[in-house]
Amino acid sequence: MIRVENLEKYYGDIHALKGIDFEIDDGEIVGFLGANGAGKSTTLKIMTGFLAPSAGNVFIDDLNIQDHSLDIREQIGYLPEMNPLYGEMRVYDYLEFTSQIRGLDAGEFKTALDRVVEQCGLHDVIHLPISACSKGYKQRVGLSAAILHDPKVLIFDEPVSGLDPNQIVEIRNLIRELGQQKMVIISSHILQEIEATVDRIVIIDHGEIVANGTSQELMAGFMGRTQLTLDVKYANEESLAALSNSVDEVEVTNIEVVDGRSVLSIEYAREVDPREAIFDYAKTSGWAILEMTQNQVHLEDVFRGLTGEGGNDE
Amino acid sequence: MNNVMAIYRKEVGAYFKSPMAYIFLVFFALFNGYFFSNTFFLFSQSDMRALFNITPMIYLIFVPAVTMGVLAREKSAGTHELMATLPIKNFELVIGKYLSAFTLVLAGLGFTLIHFFTLLTVGTNIDYGGVICGYLGLALVGAFYAAIGTFTSSLTDNQVVAFILAAVFVLGFYLLDKLLIFVPAALAGPIQFMAVDYHLSNMSRGVVDSRNLVYFGSLIWLFLALTVRVIDIRKWR
Repeated sequence: MIRVENLEKYYGDIHALKGIDFEIDDGEIVGFLGANGAGKSTTLKIMTGFLAPSAGNVFIDDLNIQDHSLDIREQIGYLPEMNPLYGEMRVYDYLEFTSQIRGLDAGEFKTALDRVVEQCGLHDVIHLPISACSKGYKQRVGLSAAILHDPKVLIFDEPVSGLDPNQIVEIRNLIRELGQQKMVIISSHILQEIEATVDRIVIIDHGEIVANGTSQELMAGFMGRTQLTLDVKYANEESLAALSNSVDEVEVTNIEVVDGRSVLSIEYAREVDPREAIFDYAKTSGWAILEMTQNQVHLEDVFRGLTGEGGNDE
Repeated sequence: MNNVMAIYRKEVGAYFKSPMAYIFLVFFALFNGYFFSNTFFLFSQSDMRALFNITPMIYLIFVPAVTMGVLAREKSAGTHELMATLPIKNFELVIGKYLSAFTLVLAGLGFTLIHFFTLLTVGTNIDYGGVICGYLGLALVGAFYAAIGTFTSSLTDNQVVAFILAAVFVLGFYLLDKLLIFVPAALAGPIQFMAVDYHLSNMSRGVVDSRNLVYFGSLIWLFLALTVRVIDIRKWR
């Protein structure tokens, strides 16, 4: 289990993290979502021991990062943002170097190499210099180095940034596979990526956690009442006005008349679904239903609402 | 120790996979060869003093050029984040990097052995002790300058800045005993002791004094300890 307690970080006068608290259980994939500069990478860099916090602590089981940085680093596999690699090394040499630092002996390295080559699909490039690999392969090399020692915790900072759609799907599948046994934390500012990959989302804004839950929980919490748009023809004023009283739980918030059609905005509690009753009422009143749309709330709406910004769809 | 060796092997491999190491070594050999053979045949003496006088001057450029990238390149490429999040102690990283740079300096010094073989061929009454002590002195000066270069390389992510800083530092230590006429008599002793040339000239004459070894050993330790400290502090920035 990872426990992050009241993490604070100052860069000079800039208060980058303002008391970050969260927990992650074994076998959970958690996504960090936030605009650029929100504090995602700073949090991850502190968790990996790259930066020291100004206050607060990170615990992996009973070990804390302040006093047991080396022990914690042994348990973490980390893919930094921008995926820095030693371009002059061959993929094999780089993985061998990583295994030596991770304390694997020759036999363990052979087994681990076979595993990561298979998992990350590195067969074609294993003897190439890293600088000769495509961006997608470089990303896989970074991932394979992060998982080589079979760590308990995996931290991936923007793991699919700059990849093409096919590569994104491959990396996403790999992360989901890894997340079945390990704690995985990925950060991204790409909403769709986070939504598709993780079990739980932590949204960070200006150094603070503004939301923490599954995407359904976040959307439900943000949505409040369900909204429905009803586009009908042949509706008279009396029948339109009587809808709120005739169908339980619904409230007509707006009626707009456009080219002989009436477009109704209707709201009702999330717990109920009165669409069938509305349909029956429309039929009884002689309306012709052109369109009935229950408005969906997307993660992007939640993100915009909580941070005042939109995600980047790059 | 395993981590030091892993870093050392990676760094030495990186040096020799790039053309820069070969360019440095060729220029080092050419400059040494030119200046050594000029005076060697002119004075017809069976010693290698000329080499022991010239090499420290060539070091002023050669060693900073070798060391300028050891840590600065990691920072500019972002790979320092990889290193800092692997289970490596900072001193292991610094020692591994430093030893790799020192290996390249020794490789350069190895090229100059051709002059020793020339001396064996054409010379008479060769002072082997003097030659061995002189080479030991050059190795120690190279080790000291490599420690300075490793330190300056930790201060910046710009290799050119690291090179210039290292060149300024090593020039300072090289010139110290040339400044003795400008300093009060009371300071002359300590300043002379701090000068590289003072200790090297002792060794070039075939004398290895424990003070020389303490001088080089303690300054190498000082600059490597400072390098470790700089890397420690980065975390708290």
